[in-house]
Amino acid sequence: MYESPLRRPLITGKTSYAKITDDIVTPIEAAPTKWWYLGFAISVAALGLWLLAVGYLLFTGVGVWGLNKTVDWGWDITNFVWWVGIGHAGTLISAVLLLFRQKWRTAVNRSAEAMTIFAVICAGTYPLLHAGRPWVIYWVFPLPNTYGSLWANFNSPLLWDVFAISTYFTVSLVFWYVGLIPDLATIRDRAKGLRKTIYNALSFGWNGSAKAWQRFETVSLILAGLATPLVLSVHTIVSMDFATSVIPGWHTTIFPPYFVAGAVFSGFAMVLTLLIIMRKVMRLEEYITIYHIDVMNKIILVTGSIVGSAYITEFFMAWYSAVPFERYAFMNRMFGPYWWAYWAMMTCNVITPQLFWSQKIRRNITAVFIISIFVNIGMWFERFVIIVTSLHRDYLPSSWAMYSPTWVEISMFIGSLGLFFTLFFLFAKFLPVIAIAEVKSIVKTSAEQEIAKTAEAEGIDLKEVHPQIA
Amino acid sequence: MSQKYILGIFSDEVPVLDAVRALRASGNAIHEVYSPFPIHGLDDAMGLKRSRLPKAAFLFGTAGLSLAVLMQAWMLGFDWPMNIGGKPALAWPDFVPVSFEITVLLTALGMVATYLYACGFFPGATPKQPDLRVTNDKFCIAIKSEGADQAAVEAVLRQHGAEEVKVEEVEL
Repeated sequence: MYESPLRRPLITGKTSYAKITDDIVTPIEAAPTKWWYLGFAISVAALGLWLLAVGYLLFTGVGVWGLNKTVDWGWDITNFVWWVGIGHAGTLISAVLLLFRQKWRTAVNRSAEAMTIFAVICAGTYPLLHAGRPWVIYWVFPLPNTYGSLWANFNSPLLWDVFAISTYFTVSLVFWYVGLIPDLATIRDRAKGLRKTIYNALSFGWNGSAKAWQRFETVSLILAGLATPLVLSVHTIVSMDFATSVIPGWHTTIFPPYFVAGAVFSGFAMVLTLLIIMRKVMRLEEYITIYHIDVMNKIILVTGSIVGSAYITEFFMAWYSAVPFERYAFMNRMFGPYWWAYWAMMTCNVITPQLFWSQKIRRNITAVFIISIFVNIGMWFERFVIIVTSLHRDYLPSSWAMYSPTWVEISMFIGSLGLFFTLFFLFAKFLPVIAIAEVKSIVKTSAEQEIAKTAEAEGIDLKEVHPQIA
Repeated sequence: MSQKYILGIFSDEVPVLDAVRALRASGNAIHEVYSPFPIHGLDDAMGLKRSRLPKAAFLFGTAGLSLAVLMQAWMLGFDWPMNIGGKPALAWPDFVPVSFEITVLLTALGMVATYLYACGFFPGATPKQPDLRVTNDKFCIAIKSEGADQAAVEAVLRQHGAEEVKVEEVEL
């Protein structure tokens, strides 16, 4: 298990297996802090707003939204795509980085996956409600049709989307829970009374035997192998909802890779927004180090640059195609009535991530937090620009229209943030936010104390190699 | 059914590997090793057979793919073909995304169900473990007491740094 001391430590400070368990399980056993109550109360209040807006929507109909005959996708689909995008980092971290044997993944995968699952739940609410009559949503499944013999249309990207999102949600949830089982057993074996009963039921009788670990590792590896193409397929299929249409601005072959890169970009931004707060509030700085934040920022820089190149490529292709409608659609994005959305998107997504070329900024927590918020906002505007500005001026100028959201749409957006954070606060209170067993498995190679030992044995001056920790 | 086991408790994973190798070299069968995280190389040291879960996963994947392709082809191609602009009803490329998703879904669910079944895990199952600390910071080697030379086993365990050796009747 040799690891070069030139590699950066992933667990700082003096550590031990028992200390890792204590650090991560104690917040679950202790009473919630007043910050938790405050955050949870705000989230639940926002969730209440969501229930109010959705209740009104269901009793009245989708006419309460600001949509019209020309702009028939608005904030609903914008928010859907935004949330699905956010839900891309978790499975990417846990699956792709597992296949690449990236050890830094162990500290962030659990919370990132939880975030993925909650984001996909939020995303799912939008098409469900946009369908108009959610009580018959089972019609999207290929059920034996008793109302006639017509089956669901498998030629439609919208139906592919149903399968992609529901598969992604199910597989992410299963992957997450399989990884949770050993850690739930750790909580169980420390607990007494009611908590023991609950965690006993949740941990499925996990015993930590060599055979169980062998199977666990096999299952994790295969699930990672399955989830890797899956995570790429989800936003590819979401992009096909647009790309297979004949709307100028949507009808582009660049959409699948561009959407996937954008999704990873926004997903990592949301992971950073949450983890920067969480590591501070829950005192996890020894596990989620500056180095972890640094590498995630590099991923943001790469994917952000891909997104930026995609924006420019789209413009070039619109000009190069010589199609007047296509050219007009893109000029309208830049200088039309929604110019502010376009320039907000360009500033947040193309310019801000480029700041991460500087290591100083990548390691400045405040700067990273602010930039991550900018990216979240920018990616929301990207979806708004693609959807609304492409639709609002269609082929027939007499049907050109403007769109603005009503209070119902705004409340549903704030409310879906409430739903997301309610779930996240519950997760942070009742489940281990860091994969305990996985972090323990990297102690021997990547803990600061072990690296110091190897460095000493090899006669390497640790202060020189890692000035920030020595 | 509970049985008597010799349990050697360790607080580090490296001596566990050495102890397992030494015990097997001296002709003792290891019943099981318990640890808070997977120890790489332990499967080989214990002589554990490779898991057959990848085969199960492959079978579920094949079933998922066949089901998905046959379902779509039958529904759109044979049971109720639709004339959409005169295009072929059996539009194979259109079936790719859903076939992929169903394959992944069935593989994942089937494999995880097999894994839980093989390990005997279900909600509320009573854990069969020798010591509560093996999910925290201790490692435990369990050897069936019946037919084993207790003193010799204890000597090997101690020699490799076991901090505690006990004989207990537990269900493992």
